[in-house]
Amino acid sequence: MSRDTIRSAYLRGMRGGGPFILVVVPFAMMFGVVATKAGLSLFETLSFSVVVIAGASQFTALQLMGEDAPTLVVIASALAVNLRMAMYSASITPHLGPLPLHKRALAAYLLVDQVYAASILDYEARPRQSLSEKFAFFLGVATPICPNWYLFTLVGAWVGEAIPPGTGLDMVLPLAFIAMIGPALRTRAHVGAALSATGLALLMAWLPYNLGLLVAAMGGMVVGAEIERRREAT
Amino acid sequence: MIDKDNLWIVIAALGLGSFGLRFVFLGLVGDRALPPWLLRHLRYTAVAVMPALVAPLVVWPAANDGQPDPVRLSAALLALAVGYLTKNIYAAMGTGGAVMLGAAYLPGL
Repeated sequence: MSRDTIRSAYLRGMRGGGPFILVVVPFAMMFGVVATKAGLSLFETLSFSVVVIAGASQFTALQLMGEDAPTLVVIASALAVNLRMAMYSASITPHLGPLPLHKRALAAYLLVDQVYAASILDYEARPRQSLSEKFAFFLGVATPICPNWYLFTLVGAWVGEAIPPGTGLDMVLPLAFIAMIGPALRTRAHVGAALSATGLALLMAWLPYNLGLLVAAMGGMVVGAEIERRREAT
Repeated sequence: MIDKDNLWIVIAALGLGSFGLRFVFLGLVGDRALPPWLLRHLRYTAVAVMPALVAPLVVWPAANDGQPDPVRLSAALLALAVGYLTKNIYAAMGTGGAVMLGAAYLPGL
């Protein structure tokens, strides 16, 4: 495998992850601010982001600790928010599973929403990549995302102020994902999966701990798989 | 105020737990073949998770007190349409961003 191929896969990954800087920076800063306000030191705040590296569950844990919830409740609730990561792990295994263990461990650590989404869509759109290209792409996506998650947690903790939630900043995260969904809808099965997951997510949004997301995602997967199976059967 | 001993227990447990969830298949299954029915479902994980993740954020935006907002809904639908038709992530993102900025800065909208 030539060095150039690996290098270009890595750079392609960086371009894929780049737009997510817009998502990560305000979110990380907000965590830094909220954590400092809750009494965490700079070191504790940064450690939180480096060790856990999962925004939504970090906010959940902080909020519950602030409410003096029992430690086991804090841990269980924050982990429930992260259950979708096990689905990411399963979904990316057919692509990265053959890597040696230490590389799989690194990939697992970096497997956050944005890195997962950008990588898996690239693997599906370009199925002929070698294993090293796939891994290089994955690391490329993580490069603008994960270090900025640490850095801007620290900046938020330092500055003590988040970017004001002004005009439509809340839409950056949804738009970044929506922009990836459109191109990923290649077959009727994809469209069916996406539509049913959307419907279920709205119907099940009342479930606690982000469990609505889990139910909706699984429902969408079942619908997509079933459409594919029926098409193949005919 | 948050108790510092508990804080480190929480950080460590969440770190291990989150890593465990991300490692469980990638690490333990590795190179072994998964059954075809499971692979078939896993092919739809991304297109199911992403809409499920964003749908409530778009339909009930917290920044609008959880009320549906025509600007956010149009930005999302147009971004989706442009992404679907052009297959270009940046064009889709730009369209959604342009709708949000346009609504914020153009008078009379």
